[in-house]
Amino acid sequence: MGKRVGMEVSIAAAEAVGMADVDLIAAYPITPQTHVVEHLSELVADGHLDAEFVPVESEHSAMSTCVGSSAAGARTFTSTSSQGYALMAEICYIAAGLRLPIVMVVANRALSAPINIWNDHADMMMSRDTGWIQTIAENGQEVVDLIFHAFRVAEDHRVLLPFIINMDGFTLSHVIEPIILPDKEEVARYLPPFKPALRLDPKHPVTIGPVGMPDVYTEAKKVHDEVLKASKDVIVEAWKELGDQFGRYYKPVETYKTEDAENLLFTMGSISETAMTAIDAMRESGKKVGLVHLRLWRPFPSDEIYEAMKGAKAIAIVDRALTLNGVCGPVCAEIKSTLYDRKFHPYIKNYIAGLGGRDVTVDNFVEMMDKLAESAGRGDPMGYEIVGVKE
Amino acid sequence: MAKETGIISWKKLDLGTAILSPGSAQSLKTGDWRSMRPVVDYDVCIRCGRCYIYCPDMVYVKVETGHYEPNYYYCKGCGICANECPVQAIKMVEEGD
Amino acid sequence: MVEIRFHGRGGQGGVTSAELTALAAIDEGKYAQAFPSFGPERRGAPVTAFVRVSSEAIRTREKVYEPNIVVVLDPSLLQIVNVEAGLRPGGIVILNTKKSLEEIRKETGITARLALVDASKIAIETMRVPITNTTMLGALVKATGVIAMDSLRGPIQHRFGPIADKNMKACARAFEETTVEG
Repeated sequence: MGKRVGMEVSIAAAEAVGMADVDLIAAYPITPQTHVVEHLSELVADGHLDAEFVPVESEHSAMSTCVGSSAAGARTFTSTSSQGYALMAEICYIAAGLRLPIVMVVANRALSAPINIWNDHADMMMSRDTGWIQTIAENGQEVVDLIFHAFRVAEDHRVLLPFIINMDGFTLSHVIEPIILPDKEEVARYLPPFKPALRLDPKHPVTIGPVGMPDVYTEAKKVHDEVLKASKDVIVEAWKELGDQFGRYYKPVETYKTEDAENLLFTMGSISETAMTAIDAMRESGKKVGLVHLRLWRPFPSDEIYEAMKGAKAIAIVDRALTLNGVCGPVCAEIKSTLYDRKFHPYIKNYIAGLGGRDVTVDNFVEMMDKLAESAGRGDPMGYEIVGVKE
Repeated sequence: MAKETGIISWKKLDLGTAILSPGSAQSLKTGDWRSMRPVVDYDVCIRCGRCYIYCPDMVYVKVETGHYEPNYYYCKGCGICANECPVQAIKMVEEGD
Repeated sequence: MVEIRFHGRGGQGGVTSAELTALAAIDEGKYAQAFPSFGPERRGAPVTAFVRVSSEAIRTREKVYEPNIVVVLDPSLLQIVNVEAGLRPGGIVILNTKKSLEEIRKETGITARLALVDASKIAIETMRVPITNTTMLGALVKATGVIAMDSLRGPIQHRFGPIADKNMKACARAFEETTVEG
């Protein structure tokens, strides 16, 4: 049945990776991810986890080691944040292009300059097009569940893609809260042993990572795109089975009090919980508002987004990263594009909030929704607004 | 009618664009890059094997007599062998005529 | 839902106080959250840590702005931090101090209900170190009952191992010696 424990979310993430019985962890510590790899190195050193822990000299080396390890057929994990993630980015593209089912937890954090170690989604958006599957957790329990789910989906022979679980730095990674940790046997029932479809083996030589000339590269990218798109069915199927086994169900796009809502709020990550509290407060004062929150970032669940939003009068979309001088924030751009393609054109206001650790509060959400209603009523230009910026 | 491009459908590419049969580079003819070819004078050759060691494309093959013969299928004509031969047994000769 | 803010100095264990409180509440079957005021850790600098305890699932992740309870681990903080900031009506401030109620009221201007304990003295006498994190938890239990003393034993044992007993002793003594305003 598992046990309910009070635990820091980073430690729970490491415990989950241990229960997933990984073979190799290669990682370099960086705030706010440090506790994840610190605890994994303890699990290995203390003999609780039979795995190789490779302490490398940089994140670039961490992902390079993971590529070698996964190509050799080992279940492989790493974790990083922000600047380290940026250094790792080069190899992230390679891991995905080579279809290696590496699993990584990213403790999301802002990118410098100015130097800032706090939470936002700049690093998540930087790596948007690496071709990894990406989910986002809203609480500690989800981090744990999404880790088991990630290994299961990544290693499925219909998928074979690397997988990121995004977890907000500090606002999730450093919080102690109640989490149900399943037994290792339960996890083993959900997550079968890794059977690589192709691996480096001196007895059966293959070349992994050859040059792709102009007559191959386009087709190679097409396969990657199609496989990533098709992975959604496997992702949903694996969530269904996770729910049937553990009693906690997940969907690519979640909704909260949207049934009769006129205006919608959209969020992703740990602020979604605060947003629900804000929705409750607004509902109490008679406002017909609801929340749509994203759990699957890549592949992007366009159909589910449309289904969740269709019929709304106005939508406030919260981005945790700034697309400097783009049309709007990165997630808003994606949603606008989705709705445009389906000929649904509601009033959309984009709020850039919680940059570099700026708190996003219940009051912030209430104010956003009030402003949305006013702006929509007046028919103001849509655009984007940086919440709380001091003029 | 579409032009024949020799491009393989994306549906037929191997996982991660891997190459599943080893040694596939053996069939790659690099010899047609050559404008000069090495010619060995076996009367001068002392069978030291330096050409074999220095050749970046492993063109030289040891034959029964102990001499080393170039395989022009792979030879790009770089001239390293001629430069390294201690007895000037290898001459670079222009291709063409 | 009860919200608690701990004030301490880097190295004094304010974050640990918050964590132990949440762990004790979770062991009681309640829902709880503990988190530090995120930032670079500097020994001696004023730090805050937050706890939420509730009988229902907690669905907010903003900082604690309006606590029901404030716990101050270091008397010198009263000179530099407004520990009463945002305190809800009917809230309580729990102080580590040698001073009397009258003296505190006069010197700090705190108007909220107070609970006082000389935690530094208890910590020195019981554990030989002026670290008041577990000691102040005794005062918290006495003044508010937000968690039970027995629930702290497990988390303190897990956290402090061989020196857990000393910490429990300091905690129990603080429970006895805390004076709570009526």
